Amino acid sequence: MLSKKQARAFFLGGTVVTFLIFIGLTIFSFSKAQDQTNHGKITEAVVRGKDLWEKNNCMGCHSILGEGAYYAPELTQVLDRKGAGYVKAALMSKTPWAPNGRKMVAYGFTEEEANDLISFFDWIDDIDLNGFETVVSPLAKDKK
Amino acid sequence: MKYKSQKVAYWFFALSMLLLVLQITYGFIMGFARVGLDGLHDFIPFNTARAVHTNLLVVWLLSGFMGAAYYIIPEESQRELVSVKLAYVQLISLALVGVTAIVGYHFNIWEGRKFLEIPRPLDYLVVANVLLFLGLIIMTLIKGKKKTTTSIVLTMGLLFAALLYLPGMLPFDSQVTDSFFRWWVVHLWVEGVWELIMGGILSFLLIKLTGVDREVIEKWLYVIVGLTFLSGVLGTGHHYYYIGVNKIWLIVGGIFSALEPLAFLAMALFAVKMYRKGEKKHPNKLALYWTLGSAIVSFVGAGLLGFAHTLPQTNLYTHGTLVTAMHGHLAFWGAYAMIVLAIISYALPNLTGRKLYETTRGQAAFWLSNIGMLGMTIAFGVAGVVQVYLERKLKMDFMAVQDEISIHFWVLIIGATCFTTGIILFIVDFIKHGKPNDEALEVQNN
Repeated sequence: MLSKKQARAFFLGGTVVTFLIFIGLTIFSFSKAQDQTNHGKITEAVVRGKDLWEKNNCMGCHSILGEGAYYAPELTQVLDRKGAGYVKAALMSKTPWAPNGRKMVAYGFTEEEANDLISFFDWIDDIDLNGFETVVSPLAKDKK
Repeated sequence: MKYKSQKVAYWFFALSMLLLVLQITYGFIMGFARVGLDGLHDFIPFNTARAVHTNLLVVWLLSGFMGAAYYIIPEESQRELVSVKLAYVQLISLALVGVTAIVGYHFNIWEGRKFLEIPRPLDYLVVANVLLFLGLIIMTLIKGKKKTTTSIVLTMGLLFAALLYLPGMLPFDSQVTDSFFRWWVVHLWVEGVWELIMGGILSFLLIKLTGVDREVIEKWLYVIVGLTFLSGVLGTGHHYYYIGVNKIWLIVGGIFSALEPLAFLAMALFAVKMYRKGEKKHPNKLALYWTLGSAIVSFVGAGLLGFAHTLPQTNLYTHGTLVTAMHGHLAFWGAYAMIVLAIISYALPNLTGRKLYETTRGQAAFWLSNIGMLGMTIAFGVAGVVQVYLERKLKMDFMAVQDEISIHFWVLIIGATCFTTGIILFIVDFIKHGKPNDEALEVQNN
């Protein structure tokens, strides 16, 4: 029968081994050869767009890369689906954008801010998502 | 209670209950918004309600865990807390940081990263607060007469939870890297170190409530937390399938997260077996209900419902849908909310000397909250599955699908009303116990 000492060894040993493998896989995933995100194409505008995305908690309603709140549309591939003009109009609207009755906060972004967010979405659209990109936005796939 | 300083736990539990009520209130705001009743949109838009709802969840659970530690550690290490005054300072600062963050969310002051919305300057205060808490707990443990496995596992859980907060504070330019390390915090908390905390509290409660030998319970505690880490650490990979990192996570995450239910199954079997094995018939049946309930519901919510969408082939369709909300609600409720309510149910009569064990109100609180949460889980589940089918298979537009599934949010609101009634009854019971007092020191503890 298992002793308490053996049980503790199982806990400590298992934890250390799996955590080391986890760190190893993390390093491997972020090695240059494994990049699926076009990391080099992250321009200053993309970073400013990401900053706006976070500062306004867009993820609190929308989702991106499948992560968010599922209250408003997924924004991965939104540019392919709706076009930059439509997205820009929603971002710059001074009244709540509500094409289907569900209201968006009226952020009233400036044109420069809206362009930064569009750069951010544009960079997101080119990420290799292991097949999710065709599922998350089937309408966009049809348009291609 | 055995030590005067354990009284501080009561105030952490009271803060927990207050924040739980607020969390539920914001949940209702979101539920009504989803059926089109969004009259509060100008003051509390959905993203504010959502950030408040999830952050309050984290803070009330943390406050509950801290209360549990302030109750359990003195008793396990057989000495008073090293400083009661500093424990109260920690309580007040925790409440202040929490309230400041939540008020800020109403004024667009946040980081906008799911679950970790607290703005950076407040992050540092959270770290300072948690360091103070850990200092008090660890010093008490070191100076104590005994260092039991239960207290060590509980303290390790709290220490690792604090350490794992740090990767969430690293700034990244890439959304993918940001997301990757955000899961180091969120996943490794809830499917890792928080389970150590849950295991520690569960072990303490089973020792007290069943009378089974400590050595037996603590041995199995090691096995369970061992299984948790063995599956949970690499199980983090299930968050990495489709966010823009290497395909290797499909294999690693798929295999190890499929093993995650084993830890929860072991926990449920362990709790039920210890209950059956125990010869002690503890009069506090309510605490026993919540304890066994937590072990069983966490297996269903975290284990089974997690498994339901964890395989890469399934997750390809369910990722980013309401199916996640289905799993999230029952998992958090079973694993963490119920264990906090269990330790409160056990500790309150001992802290106050009022043994209100057998009230119908207490029983009703247990059943109504559980039935209500199950109803909410089913509503989210049906809405999620329909969303997956219409949106990702039939390629319908997001908002058209939302219209189709809005009926399920009425079911959600009905379930939430039942759940809330249960929670209100629990809080009425909490208040009826009165304040902690020194006379309770003389009352026989069971």
